[in-house]
Amino acid sequence: MKQLLYSKRLAPYLFILPFLVTLAVFWVVPLGRSFVMSTQEVLYGQATFIGLDNYTRLWQDRIFWQALFNSLRYMVLTLVLLIPIPLALAALINSGIGSARIKAFFKASMFVPALTSVVVAGIVFRLIFAESDTAIMNQVAEFFGFGPVRWLRGDVTGLVALLAIALWRWTGVNMMYFLAGMQAIPTEYYEAASIDGASRFRQFVHITVPNLRPTIVYVVTISVYGGLAMFLESFMLYAGNNSPNNQGLTVVGYLYRKGIEENDLGFASAVGVVLLVIVMTINISYLVASGTFKKEAA
Amino acid sequence: MTRLRTTVSMLAAALAVGALTACGGGQPSAPVKNADGSTTLNMWTFADVHAAYYEEMAEQWNEANPDKEIQLEVTVYPYEDMHNKLQLAVNSGEGLPDVVDIEVNKFANFVKGDNPPLLDLTEAAAPYKDDIVQAQLDLYSRDGKMYGYPTHVGAFTTFYNTEALEGAGIDYTTIKTWDDFQEAGVKYHEETGKAFGVASTGVMFLEPLITAQLGGQYIDAEGNVQVNSPEVVETLSMIKDMQDAGAVSTIPGGSPDSEEAYGAINNGDFAAIVYPAWYTSRFVDYMPDLAGKVAIAPAPAPEGAEVQTIGGGGTGTAIPVVSPNKDLAAEWLAFAKLSPEANVAVWEVLGFDPVNMAMWEDEAVTKNPENKFNKYFQTNLFDVLGEVKDGIGNFESFADPNWPTVDDTFRTVTLNEIYENDVPVQEALDQTQADLQNQLGQ
Repeated sequence: MKQLLYSKRLAPYLFILPFLVTLAVFWVVPLGRSFVMSTQEVLYGQATFIGLDNYTRLWQDRIFWQALFNSLRYMVLTLVLLIPIPLALAALINSGIGSARIKAFFKASMFVPALTSVVVAGIVFRLIFAESDTAIMNQVAEFFGFGPVRWLRGDVTGLVALLAIALWRWTGVNMMYFLAGMQAIPTEYYEAASIDGASRFRQFVHITVPNLRPTIVYVVTISVYGGLAMFLESFMLYAGNNSPNNQGLTVVGYLYRKGIEENDLGFASAVGVVLLVIVMTINISYLVASGTFKKEAA
Repeated sequence: MTRLRTTVSMLAAALAVGALTACGGGQPSAPVKNADGSTTLNMWTFADVHAAYYEEMAEQWNEANPDKEIQLEVTVYPYEDMHNKLQLAVNSGEGLPDVVDIEVNKFANFVKGDNPPLLDLTEAAAPYKDDIVQAQLDLYSRDGKMYGYPTHVGAFTTFYNTEALEGAGIDYTTIKTWDDFQEAGVKYHEETGKAFGVASTGVMFLEPLITAQLGGQYIDAEGNVQVNSPEVVETLSMIKDMQDAGAVSTIPGGSPDSEEAYGAINNGDFAAIVYPAWYTSRFVDYMPDLAGKVAIAPAPAPEGAEVQTIGGGGTGTAIPVVSPNKDLAAEWLAFAKLSPEANVAVWEVLGFDPVNMAMWEDEAVTKNPENKFNKYFQTNLFDVLGEVKDGIGNFESFADPNWPTVDDTFRTVTLNEIYENDVPVQEALDQTQADLQNQLGQ
């Protein structure tokens, strides 16, 4: 026993054991079960093997493609909004402009949305984007001279509302990632550049952005996953999983509808497996393309 | 030192294992009694008003059965949340209540397969069965086993705001057919500029009613969807025509049974609501300004229709088969839902049309001038029900295992396409038929 506990060869494994056990119990096993279930028809206490039937149904399912399109569209647009804007804000905070106290307050207030619950935020946003002409967004619309908009009834206006939630919630978090990355860049680089006469903008493009690459790769990777796995925002905004014409339906929303609301867990597992494959394909190709897996050049 | 360290690491390992296994609690298998000899029954429901009714029935039960006292603990969840929570619980077999309300559009989900997770309640219903409307019992039965007890018939009626109609010179008692309804609606709309009836996108009630009156179904006898069958097309075309003519309009909130709609109806923005009889409770609870101004009348029907009305909506109350207290729960539930006492309470507390038809003729109950529903409405619900009593049809599609998917697709896509986006009826229904066939693997 004593020998076993003090063995140098075993110790490392012992230390990573807690991680491996949680990974196995909460990730690998459920994943394997999902694969198995995606080839079954699951009813109470009985599961029948049906081969790839769930996948053929999925392939022909218009609603699934619509959900996938919605998720992809949302993911791409969040990338377009949630990388440049927080990057610019972080650069602004990191620069010498403005008083430190105001910037600290700004940082804190940008971060607060990340601490609130999506459930509460979703309800508040639903009220902001309500149909009545007294709702906040319709008052804003009126101020700019166009009549009350039925925000959550139209496809594009509904998407605007979803992106507004994403922007409100994640700008601060991404800004913090970028800011942390920027503060790790040695100031010597900037000094040398300014001696050479480089403008602020050129310093940003040629020093800040290249040095931030690991942070940007990280933020893009989690944003791809976050965008494709979005569910709760839409669920809260539309007060449930049924939005008009499925305009707010995401892949995870469809999985939830099929598995939980309609009790077709086999089919829902197939949806989950397909989502996993898509997310992994996008992220692994991106990581390979950005050179993350390459060994650092010596 | 070494020993201590070994002990500590053993402890840590034990803790980790304990933490992992602690999740598997499970349900106790034997009945559990409280110290005072009563039994606690946990119940889930999705409507506040139901909770008040069940508590009343628990009190009556305890008075009559002091040896079998129960302590009812009702938890009210939002509609979707409760059904989703229940779905997860029955799949895992854990964390289930002893008694649960399941809405009719969701009921089919819980009786799928050969091994439904609900208790067969046929035996407990035996003492009361003969007085109950059979169609309502069938709604919650599969293969001859009864898995839930009904709450009401939910016969369709029309609620007219008579004050608003008089202003436009319309006499609601002359409205008998859908043509009359449309004519009155157009006239009302032209006189006042306001909406008359409702085309809902968020619930599907009016459509099954008209389809049933026309003699159609959404799902055929073999279980195949047929939502582009001639009767369904005719139904949607009729409502669409009424909408185009101005007789019906979409309503804020998507259906009359939503917070936004209560406000609009209370304001007098809608004058005629065709809805199941249980909508009485929504008027009394949420639309106080209309007290004394609303008359109940039969739902319009096509000329010479055999089926005048059907039961719309409903709640089947069921008992999960793993409940340790299932026998007592079944006994109480039969009393609480099917007994004559229960049916009086269904009317007096909830304002619903009870499933025990013998009660419909008990004038001491139905005509009680102190009853809050009788005080609110100009006409008596039971007079109206008496008129249509022989024309209550059984709409088989409601009991089909695939009805939840059909209902869901209509509420999410089809009704929106037709009433909001002006997609031609035939096109929208053909698309829905194709989607449903694929989704259901037919």
